[in-house]
Amino acid sequence: MTSHHRRHRRPGFGGEPLRFRFDGQDYEGLRGDTLASALLANGVRTVATSAALGRPRGIYASWTEEPNAIVQIEHPFPEPMLQATTVELYDGLVATGLTGRGRLSDRPDPARHDAVHAHCDVLVVGAGPAGLAAARAAAGSGARVILADDRPIAGGSLPDTAETVDGVPGAAWASAVAADLAGRPDVRVLSRTSVFGYYDDNYLVAVERRGEWGGQGRARERVWRIRAGRVVLATGAHERPIAFADNDRPGVMLAGAARAYANRYGVLPGRRAVVFTAGDSAYAAARDLASAGVEIAAIVDVRQAPGARWDGAEILSGHVVTGVGGDGAVSSVSVSDGREIQADLLLVSGGWNPVVHLFGQAGGELRYDEGIGSFVPRSARQALEVAGAARGVFSLSGCLEDGAAAGARAAEAAGFRAPPRHPAPRASDDGASDNGASDNGASDNGAPDADEPVAFWLVPSGDYRSHFVDLQRDVTVADVVRATGAGLRSVEHVKRYTTAGTAHDQGKLSGVLTSAIVAHAIGADIAQLGTTTFRAPYMPVSFATLAGRDRGALHDPVRVTSLHDWHVAHGALFENVGQWKRPWYYPRPGEDMEAAVLRECRAVRQSVGAMDASTLGKIDVQGPDAAEFLDRLYTNMMSTLKVGAIRYGVMCRADGMVFDDGTVIRLADDRFLVTTTTGNAAAVLDWMEEWLQTEWPSLRVYCTSVTEHWATVALAGPGSRDVLAGLAPGPAVDAASFPFMTWRDAEVAGIAARVCRISFSGELAYEINVNAWDGLALWEALHATGAVTPYGTETMHVLRAEKGYPIVGQDTDGTVTPADLGMDWVVSKKKAGFIGKRSFARSDTARPDRRHLVGLLPADPDFLLPEGAHLVESSTLPEPPVPTLGHVTSSYRSAALGRTFALALVSGGRERVGERLYVPLGGEPVPVTVTHHVLYDPEGARRDG
Amino acid sequence: MRDFPEHPDWLWSSPQPKRSYDVVIVGGGGHGLATAYYLAKNHGITDVAVLERGWLAGGNMARNTTIIRSNYLWDESAGIYEHALKLWEGLEEDLGYPILFSRRGVLNLAHSLQDVRESVRRVHANRLNGIDAEWLGPEEVKEVCPIVNVSPGVRYPVLGATYQPRAGIAKHDYVAWGYARAAAAMGVHLVENCEVTGIEVTGGRVRAVETAQGRIAAGTVALCAAGHSSVVGAMAGVKLPLQSHPLQALVSELLEPVHPTVVMSNAVHVYVSQAHKGELVMGAGIDAYNSYRQRGAFHIIERQMSAALELFPIFARAHVLRTWGGVVDVSPDASPIVGPTPVENLYVNCGWGTGGFKATPGVGWCYAHTIAHGEPHPLNAPFSLERFTTGALVDEHGAAAVAH
Ligand SMILES: Cc1cc2nc3c(=O)[nH]c(=O)nc-3n(C[C@H](O)[C@H](O)[C@H](O)COP(=O)(O)OP(=O)(O)OC[C@H]3O[C@@H](n4cnc5c(N)ncnc54)[C@H](O)[C@@H]3O)c2cc1C
Repeated sequence: MTSHHRRHRRPGFGGEPLRFRFDGQDYEGLRGDTLASALLANGVRTVATSAALGRPRGIYASWTEEPNAIVQIEHPFPEPMLQATTVELYDGLVATGLTGRGRLSDRPDPARHDAVHAHCDVLVVGAGPAGLAAARAAAGSGARVILADDRPIAGGSLPDTAETVDGVPGAAWASAVAADLAGRPDVRVLSRTSVFGYYDDNYLVAVERRGEWGGQGRARERVWRIRAGRVVLATGAHERPIAFADNDRPGVMLAGAARAYANRYGVLPGRRAVVFTAGDSAYAAARDLASAGVEIAAIVDVRQAPGARWDGAEILSGHVVTGVGGDGAVSSVSVSDGREIQADLLLVSGGWNPVVHLFGQAGGELRYDEGIGSFVPRSARQALEVAGAARGVFSLSGCLEDGAAAGARAAEAAGFRAPPRHPAPRASDDGASDNGASDNGASDNGAPDADEPVAFWLVPSGDYRSHFVDLQRDVTVADVVRATGAGLRSVEHVKRYTTAGTAHDQGKLSGVLTSAIVAHAIGADIAQLGTTTFRAPYMPVSFATLAGRDRGALHDPVRVTSLHDWHVAHGALFENVGQWKRPWYYPRPGEDMEAAVLRECRAVRQSVGAMDASTLGKIDVQGPDAAEFLDRLYTNMMSTLKVGAIRYGVMCRADGMVFDDGTVIRLADDRFLVTTTTGNAAAVLDWMEEWLQTEWPSLRVYCTSVTEHWATVALAGPGSRDVLAGLAPGPAVDAASFPFMTWRDAEVAGIAARVCRISFSGELAYEINVNAWDGLALWEALHATGAVTPYGTETMHVLRAEKGYPIVGQDTDGTVTPADLGMDWVVSKKKAGFIGKRSFARSDTARPDRRHLVGLLPADPDFLLPEGAHLVESSTLPEPPVPTLGHVTSSYRSAALGRTFALALVSGGRERVGERLYVPLGGEPVPVTVTHHVLYDPEGARRDG
Repeated sequence: MRDFPEHPDWLWSSPQPKRSYDVVIVGGGGHGLATAYYLAKNHGITDVAVLERGWLAGGNMARNTTIIRSNYLWDESAGIYEHALKLWEGLEEDLGYPILFSRRGVLNLAHSLQDVRESVRRVHANRLNGIDAEWLGPEEVKEVCPIVNVSPGVRYPVLGATYQPRAGIAKHDYVAWGYARAAAAMGVHLVENCEVTGIEVTGGRVRAVETAQGRIAAGTVALCAAGHSSVVGAMAGVKLPLQSHPLQALVSELLEPVHPTVVMSNAVHVYVSQAHKGELVMGAGIDAYNSYRQRGAFHIIERQMSAALELFPIFARAHVLRTWGGVVDVSPDASPIVGPTPVENLYVNCGWGTGGFKATPGVGWCYAHTIAHGEPHPLNAPFSLERFTTGALVDEHGAAAVAH
């Protein structure tokens, strides 16, 4: 289909035709089009429907500031709510116009997303004339430069205009400069890359769009995480709308946008236009549109004596547009002189707002500039420069000049010597006064007459209900006035009362306008009132893009031990413990969990079992003050530990509550190996470092995580000594030569090992540590004896619970002291100080009715209490709230006890041993008897085999 | 066609502050405004000024993700949060303001066996306290919220969830403005742009505050400064055991309804609801570093997105429209501090950290009582400053690592 709205093919894109479908109609556009330009080329004027009021909406702008043309992508993959002005057309695109809300797809997203880190001396944001000049100046100094720009081609607004630089068309000049920069080794030019966030310490983030069309295996979008020595913000300006009646109709368009459609895309957004302006830049737009073939019916200029002149159309100076005619799109324009002018296009220009969003995100402060009627940067908080239209310099020559200076300053500030300046490029507006163009097609030429409004925001009227301020949110001047009428005085309040500025464009068009109307309504000074806060992202970024590759298995690293494959091969089911996969139990064919666990428990208590304990945290603590350090960290004494011996220890937080537990092995006078619980390994190392670095910097201690260096196998059960003796003929393993809580270096199955005599089951047991590489060989050698049953975490839990050993995090919850656990013995009475000691003296910590760890035996020996159930005093429940006495922390079926049992934290529990309590579970509360927390082998007779 | 209720035509006026008030409330967030309202309404105390350094309710009140629930673990917490929830249920009529309290239920997901134990424990505790609570298996989770990915292939599969049907969300600004309007109508002065810069204490008793608008004498001074509480407390020589951190949140574009409830996950670190107009509102954990600036770090947002997609793959192509940060005041036991201070007639309300929005009506009610009677209401008595000396902590870390 050829279009009568297309004047010429856009140079630089090959002009390849692309088919697309919009709202069920098939169309053709050209490579290089946006969806918006392609729609305009096909004469489509109404694109969407407004959210709250259901009004028809067209295309209002030409890039990220678009408030109206909100579309849903349907194919190739559904994507909600994009601005048609930013969607690059591709073959096969299917889209629909939206009414207020987008639609998510429940199909899995096939696209890949990624992230890249980059460092540079100077980051230039924006490749308009100012940005290009800045990048060229900075690059000339030898600095590493990144130039990022969000459009497909360089030049900022230059391609939107008919300006020339050094005698060539602006767009051609820009591509030549960009190509030259891209060819330099220390410069990276990123196109289609929007810098959307400016964080502390010059950390900026950008999204690079590589296209749905990018092809297999290529990320659709990727986030650039850029750390810059110095930043040049050359982000341009947005044209400002004017609020008048029905200013939201399709056919009402920013003048600069219309100019862009004509020049950049070769598309005529209408046939006959009226221009409504408060400044000169719209005259350049009128001229370009006229030469492209649009009839300019009149220029309505609010100024009595416009600075600009043009004899291509009648100029109605000192007048305003009072409304537009037509049911949907514009068909006529009413002017304050009473005329109604036939037109299908109304171009609006209320002035220009510097794009200060990133500057604001960086913590910069703004000031109101009377000269341009908008806010410009005042003082920056980060290492940055602002150049060109972004700081209110609107002429092309001014931008080139300003950019070059900013680039040189940035390079120097980053430690480079700027080379002698290039001769400044000659812009077509040099010395001229009336047709400037710059980063965003703005121009301000010649100081306005003192009595002329520089900034014109609002056409006065008796009824403001169709004077739109925020088109996407359907907010009118009447709404803003209602907000101030309700007593609101802050623009932030007005934003929230009206929702102005909360949509896609984040107030890019409505922000300053809203401030102006509030100021007007309450008789305040807009300079005092200011703007709302600028927040990342500058433009919408999809969740998937930000999530990048950190999805599925990569969401969080999966950690497995060196024995993992064996466990998988032997049918283990796994439990996630922190990032680790731990074997939970090993069901045999036909076994359910209960049967498997009872079997594994029996094996350990009656013969011998082996568990992969490699995930326990291991920290190598070395240094002349290591013993002193551990004394301060643990509640019990570690400095008295002999080399060759092992001690169990508990760590508390400053509040005296148990934080972690484990064993401490003394390897040498100045060296210990500390084990932690699996889940807390990183937290314990952090804890150590925090104290060493912030409180005890004088201690000479070094802590190193060695968790993954070792494979650790717990060999437990009365038969463990024989199994070990069979594989390790070296050391004597009888109880006297190898006593409990000592360690030996030995060869086990021919592998160098460190064997510790510790037990977490109450049985005779050994913990065999070998180099992680040798873990599998050891494990297989143990199983080759035929005597050993592998067991998982569930069995380990049951066995330790029978012995009343608490699991930190399961039987404790950050509110439990060692004494509450019945472990007074682990708290040193001799040490001067350790973390948590002072808290033990607090009245509440010494209270007799604290919750103690006790055992529970359900009256029905077959009834398994749910973990997490609570205990109450009586068998009949009173009305809520019913005070709880405590809760069940662990609950199992015990093979050894031949019944169910539980551990619980119960208020005054030790004094309640023998008492009957009740567990309400809905229906009849379940009776249980409180017992001592050690239920199996209380004498510890089995420990030595 | 607006499916949204209109705000009233009149909200509040901006009076010049007087030289003296019976009660000066420092901080015009939700808590300060609710306190002023209940002082006037329940106790007839109307010679009250709320001094706000910026725009009214522009702090955390304007920045939170509005999750309201009362399914906290400990009896002390359940008491005050459930009191608040009951007030939420009648607040719209009470204030005569459409606060959009939407009872849509909250799911707290469990992703590990330990999560399951803690969740079940909380459900049982809640029931004893008369709070609606259910434990749901993965399939039931899917029934309540069909878009949650409950497949076992997820890195941390959903093993179940606690569910409180009476929980939900409300519109934070509307709540603040409802309280402000009602309080102002009873004579309370709401003074914006009035930063408190000093607190005058003589003879162990508070006398006045220094402000950006001059000295204002006060019979009683009640702090409600949330993230800045430790700074304001220090002005009176009161050291508060608080750490201030940024907490970030974000919002998507408006989307057709997909998410009927509120989902929270501590292990996968995200919480999300779809607000009234259709935008997804979500947040993550706090930024680790202490800061008084209302901005956080970007990697927190990236991680939050990764977590969101892990649980809700359907969100992949939704877009982040805006991110923002508040400053939250975290106490050592993740529970608030509400009550008297060592300085006579100086009261403190702080330490609500990441979860004080839901408490707004409840804490306003109890704090007003505390101020009016000179001693704590039974529901806030356990949350005294003293507990950090006695050790009688109300530790909500375990069951509510991110206690929104
Ligand atoms: C991102 C985020 C998400 C959250 N999500 C939830 C949630 O889902 N559910 C929930 O229950 N809670 C949530 N919270 C927590 C909740 O917002 C806060 O706990 C609660 O708002 C705090 O009480 P407030 O409303 O009074 O605080 P604020 O609104 O912060 O009020 C404190 C006020 O004190 C003012 N102030 C400070 N210093 C001075 C001074 N010197 N002089 C005068 N005024 C001063 C501040 O400007 C501020 O307005 C969230 C918080 C954040 C930041």
